[in-house]
Amino acid sequence: MTMSNNHGETTAASYAVGLALALGALLGLFLTARAVEPVMVWHGILFLVFCAGGIFLLIRWHTAGPSALDTGLVYNDAVTRAGVVVSMFWGVVGFLAGLAIALQLAFPVLNFDLPWTNFGRLRPLHTSAVIFAFGGNVLIATSFHVVQRTCRARLAGEIAPWFVLWGYNLFIVIAATGYLFGVTQSREYAEPEWYADLWLTLVWVVYLLVFLGTLWRRREPHIYVANWFYLAFIVTIAMLHIINNLAVPVSWTGTKSYSLFSGVQDALTQWWYGHNAVGFFLTAGFLGIMYYFVPKQAQRPVYSYRLSIIHFWSLIFLYIWAGPHHLHYTALPQWAQTLGMTFSIMLWMPSWGGMINGLMTLSGAWDKLRTDPVLRMLVVSVAFYGMSTFEGPVMSIRAVNSLSHYTDWTIGHVHSGALGWVAFVSFGALYALTPILWRRQRLYSLQLVSAHFWIASIGIVLYITAMWVSGILQGLMWRAYDNLGFLEYSFVETVAAMHPFYVIRAIGGALFVIGALIMAYNLWRTVRGDLRVEVLPVPRPGPAMAPAE
Amino acid sequence: MIRHATIERNSILLLVLILIVVAIGGIVQIAPLFYLESTIEKVQGMRPYTPLELAGRNIYVREGCYNCHSQMIRSLRDEVERYGPYSLAAESMYDHPFQWGSKRTGPDLARVGGRYSDEWHVEHLNAPRALVPESVMPGYPFLARTPLKTARIADDLRANRAVGVPYTDEMIETAVMDVRAQADPDADGAEDLRARYPKSQVRDFDRNPAMVSELDALIAYLQMLGTLVDFDVYKPEENLR
Repeated sequence: MTMSNNHGETTAASYAVGLALALGALLGLFLTARAVEPVMVWHGILFLVFCAGGIFLLIRWHTAGPSALDTGLVYNDAVTRAGVVVSMFWGVVGFLAGLAIALQLAFPVLNFDLPWTNFGRLRPLHTSAVIFAFGGNVLIATSFHVVQRTCRARLAGEIAPWFVLWGYNLFIVIAATGYLFGVTQSREYAEPEWYADLWLTLVWVVYLLVFLGTLWRRREPHIYVANWFYLAFIVTIAMLHIINNLAVPVSWTGTKSYSLFSGVQDALTQWWYGHNAVGFFLTAGFLGIMYYFVPKQAQRPVYSYRLSIIHFWSLIFLYIWAGPHHLHYTALPQWAQTLGMTFSIMLWMPSWGGMINGLMTLSGAWDKLRTDPVLRMLVVSVAFYGMSTFEGPVMSIRAVNSLSHYTDWTIGHVHSGALGWVAFVSFGALYALTPILWRRQRLYSLQLVSAHFWIASIGIVLYITAMWVSGILQGLMWRAYDNLGFLEYSFVETVAAMHPFYVIRAIGGALFVIGALIMAYNLWRTVRGDLRVEVLPVPRPGPAMAPAE
Repeated sequence: MIRHATIERNSILLLVLILIVVAIGGIVQIAPLFYLESTIEKVQGMRPYTPLELAGRNIYVREGCYNCHSQMIRSLRDEVERYGPYSLAAESMYDHPFQWGSKRTGPDLARVGGRYSDEWHVEHLNAPRALVPESVMPGYPFLARTPLKTARIADDLRANRAVGVPYTDEMIETAVMDVRAQADPDADGAEDLRARYPKSQVRDFDRNPAMVSELDALIAYLQMLGTLVDFDVYKPEENLR
């Protein structure tokens, strides 16, 4: 099967897609014309441009041949390449947004007292940009790569994967621009309003179909373990997204909606979603990356098949219960809090089972950490996964949570997971993918990978240690009593005490951004086909190695 | 006993089993909250937001205040002494969505109503560090300059009614009028407003009689937070759960 054949085969589908895009363009025009507020005008235009661009790409795709890179190739790598590029782009944007708001907390004058530059609007921009724009595109790109390679089959559909990638990025742009203009549901990590949510639901269903369709084409009897995790991620995120975003819009041509649930039920629904955005987006999906890229890079099989099975089922069963630990000592009934805490502590076991499975995959190949900085990044990410999945259960204990909740300790915990685990495993995967997808001999520079690794690692350490100190310090100050039995500190004294740690945190964040810029440069040069003249470390000759599954 | 090899050879079986396994937790934890009567305490005094307060709440949401301010006083000694009685589930029963928050870069606001004067809020929202030098809060000077959009406020009440807030037909009809009645002491209808929304506070919140601004709405919302339930007569032991 070659690309040119596919171009011919899908003509009927192309007409259907073209028609759908034309209708979409009309819908965009309608939203623009009838909008009850300026933001909807712009989002209507954005949708119109997206659909028109889609029609243009469709025509070009039919008239132009496949890229020279893909001649004679079974797999659809073009969409994965695009995914890698947008992932790197959004990564840099998201990290920069994080640095900006970190600086705002250290130096509040940087809010500029304008509507679209204040912390309250930029913070969702940062979280969505790193989780959904960077993380989401990495997941889409890697899942498309992994499912093809492990099924030995071309991605299902020719237009559908492109729709998933660009449709998802349209969602990102609608969400991000919306935040700047104050369009938000105020549900953490689910801020986009009802119309963006509906669009994402459509994109996500197509994503599931592309993934499943590729599994159905597989020429391997078994579905590889990485795909179990990707599938659980796709299915569960669909469930969480739909239920948590149930809402009634004020007007069909306006941005504002009111959530279906209120108060305590709404709070638990949101944190059922919120914690499982961590559990299924930032964990299950990225474990799919771990289960493919760690064995691949180490050239060793996964340590234990049985442990994979136990890891998978226990992780997805237990994670979904953990939400109430975000609501300890609140108006949520205590039975629900206790259930959440209990399952959060139990969750430690499958998390570490997974970590052990990932780390022990290096058995017999540990010397590669010396010579392969990409593998080093992947392995350190798994170590961070272990650390933050130990810290999480500790923080979910009610007594600990009474101190840690509402403080920077939570922020530090999230970032040891997000920077150390999610970002590092993504970096490792992108470094591993780029030479494969662009058919290069190797990365432009392994020394730059090494530099990225060390600069980013130091950044993470500064970040999380600063947040541990500031979080625990502020928690202790809030509950400190003087000799006469009065609260010792006013609230604002505890704010003032945070300043040095906010500066240290911003320095750590700046190092992380610098690392990402080095990476972007390195990948760009790799794509161009450049090779930096470097003395490459020579792997130690070892025993013959079994190939990874 | 089904062998795992069977599952990993059948994508639909895998998909269905995943769905079952991930659905259980939510069903057991969340669903009971909708029918267990003990979930929300029986209290006196809760009412829907006035149209002005609702508009203020929407500004609170729009500016992302929840990113730094919680509205949930936990049942811990220091919090009750710092902020007042711990928050009840009943107090957010009309909150679509809830605003409990997850981080206190600034203090909790669940009972900020009546704590500070309107003038304090006007100054503080305009330039926080003019009043509190150590504060890291952004300034919101644009709120005082921006007229509140009220033409479609009745639609907001209607959408709230659709999700269960007990707004009456009368409340929806008079919504636009009620905004003016609450923020402009010279306007008519203050008595009717108080009858529809007990304990509602009527005054020119931003001290600018020339217009009803977004600042009026936000301060009206802040000044009513935590003021509806009378804790002198609330008996916690009747709501033990």
